[in-house]
Amino acid sequence: MRILVVEDDKDVAGFVVKGLRESGHVVEHADNGRDGLFLAASEPFDAIILDRMLPGGIDGLRILETLRSQRNTVPVLFLSALGQVDDRVLGLKAGGDDYLTKPFAFAELLARVEALTRRGKGEGPVTKLTVGDLEMDLLSRSVRRAGQKIDLQPREFLLLEYLMRHAGQVVTRTMLLEGVWDYHFDPQTNVIDVHVSRLRQKVDKPFSSALIHTVRNAGYMLRTDGQ
Amino acid sequence: MTEARAADLVVRSPASPLARPPAHPRFLRSAALRFAAIYALLFGLSALALALFLWWETAGLLDRETDQAISADVQSLAERWQEGGLPALIVTIQNRLAENVDDNAIYLLVDPALERIAGNLAFWPTSLPLNRTWAELPIERAGIRSLARVRRYNLPGGLHLLVGRDVQVRAELRDLLTGALFWALLVVLVLGLAGAIVIRGLFRRALANVSTTAAAISAGDLSQRVRITGRGDEFDRLSETINEMLERISRLMDGVRQVSNAIAHDLRTPITRARTRLEDAALHAQSEADLHAAIERAIADLDGVVAVFQALLRIAEIEAGARRSAFASFDAAPLLSDLVDLYGAVAEEKGISLRLQSPERLALFGDRELIQQAIANLLDNALKFSPPGGVVRLAAESASGMTAITVADRGPGIPPAVRVRATERFFRGEAARHTPGAGLGLALVQAVAQLHAGSLTLADNAPGLRAVLRLPGTAELAARPAATAMDA
Repeated sequence: MRILVVEDDKDVAGFVVKGLRESGHVVEHADNGRDGLFLAASEPFDAIILDRMLPGGIDGLRILETLRSQRNTVPVLFLSALGQVDDRVLGLKAGGDDYLTKPFAFAELLARVEALTRRGKGEGPVTKLTVGDLEMDLLSRSVRRAGQKIDLQPREFLLLEYLMRHAGQVVTRTMLLEGVWDYHFDPQTNVIDVHVSRLRQKVDKPFSSALIHTVRNAGYMLRTDGQ
Repeated sequence: MTEARAADLVVRSPASPLARPPAHPRFLRSAALRFAAIYALLFGLSALALALFLWWETAGLLDRETDQAISADVQSLAERWQEGGLPALIVTIQNRLAENVDDNAIYLLVDPALERIAGNLAFWPTSLPLNRTWAELPIERAGIRSLARVRRYNLPGGLHLLVGRDVQVRAELRDLLTGALFWALLVVLVLGLAGAIVIRGLFRRALANVSTTAAAISAGDLSQRVRITGRGDEFDRLSETINEMLERISRLMDGVRQVSNAIAHDLRTPITRARTRLEDAALHAQSEADLHAAIERAIADLDGVVAVFQALLRIAEIEAGARRSAFASFDAAPLLSDLVDLYGAVAEEKGISLRLQSPERLALFGDRELIQQAIANLLDNALKFSPPGGVVRLAAESASGMTAITVADRGPGIPPAVRVRATERFFRGEAARHTPGAGLGLALVQAVAQLHAGSLTLADNAPGLRAVLRLPGTAELAARPAATAMDA
């Protein structure tokens, strides 16, 4: 995937660019708002990682507003030291797709960017999700694995749906908390781990192979072993 | 960021140049003087209006009556002339003079050569211009000089008729009145000036109270408060408002101070630990695996520091009141059941029974996300300190517009002696010594309660802790100043 990183801090930018390249992405980097806007407007990207505060008179918010006014729908993730709730709301209102506060773990950034590019492709309404022998019918709200029906609580269903929609991608605990529970704060307890482990009891334990995998220092991933 | 801003406020010198209005002469810049001048002006104007009215009602009335009587006389004499010609007119004039008891009537009929035909004036007054109808002039009657108000009337054939009234007495009365009114106005002027000086003094004294307090505070003495006279007037209300504001500022500053101290003490530990680990690894690591392990542990330590910072910033953000813009009415019942759903799994894992007791609908007014986080923090604490097999109860009930959300556990609780301090940032009770956490959970709940003009009460659940979060159900209750809830 082609990803544009607009970030003025040399260390942060170098770290992000290196990490993204290691994960197999093609990365362009701009260290000020003017170049960032020029690149974003003139070349196609699958995602843009945008710092809120940039030198050169054009800040991240302005870049995004300009892009959106040109009907450019490229997924944008804000990376910002401005972590207050209002800042986040402002960034999302301006058309941002996600918001990550500095400092951040690279795994979190990577997971979120990859989730964004998936969302950016716009699959249209889906009624059925399939990963390996696991099938989810979104209309009848039923789940089967290897033809066997699995009974899930409503929240477990949502959790599995989120994992299946991001199959093959790392999903962090914060992403699950935001995406499944719509909570925008970090609970001190490992609530997500408990819920995932309960889901595992139902989805993985009765079967020979596991689909829900723990990714160390990052989160979870739903995938078949062959993937 | 908020801390930084608050610090800015503290260090800004009081001598910083403030925007001044365009320069007027110095004495005009005194508001007290301006008010006094306005008072004097208004007082003088009303006195003047009163004097004019008095004049109109007395001297003016008399003048108008005189003029009316003269006009009526002229009218009837003219009619006599038309009916009976000159002889009838002469007779009428003589009759009128004979009937005039007050001896104040003046009649004079002259021929074209201004020679007297009839009347009680010896000759036509030379000072009367021929082109004027009305006049006030000095006359001499029976050797006495007097003042008369007269009207001239021209009859056909070159005859002139003069009808008037002796107004000497009235003129004297009028002079008397004028003099009296003049002196009265002078007295009014003196009184007005005296009143203005008194008003200026009162005004200055009322302001001096506020102004000396403000000056003392800008000089750094934040303990000063504006004196309240107890009269309950506007100045008292202003003083109360200012005092409330000062209370809030000083509380915020205490918070900032407390946080800075806490940061210095409590964050030093994990940072030191991370630093030690890294240095130790740099010096003594035997293998790459050792190095990696040390780095990862240091990152975890730093993540902990960041989490504490974020919690602190969030509390500061809430306390600054900026989130009030996101307030709305909402039903909290689904919020509670979602939380029970989220934490139920954790409780089950620990063998704790988490029970929810909530009405079908639970009206709340406020910031949904913050309230959610506050209750989550309470549940988090309750589950953390509950022994296995224990019960954690989440209950909600509404009474007279306020909603009380209770989280009760059967854990060790907080001893009454330190319960007040439990909501301070970085406070950690004895029981919390060996559990993870930074001691910011209850501080956040308290901040959320204050933002909503609600309250957080910690009580003994015998055994365990019962935390009651009271929040407003309607917008009106949330609009109340938070100070009352804070002191509760």
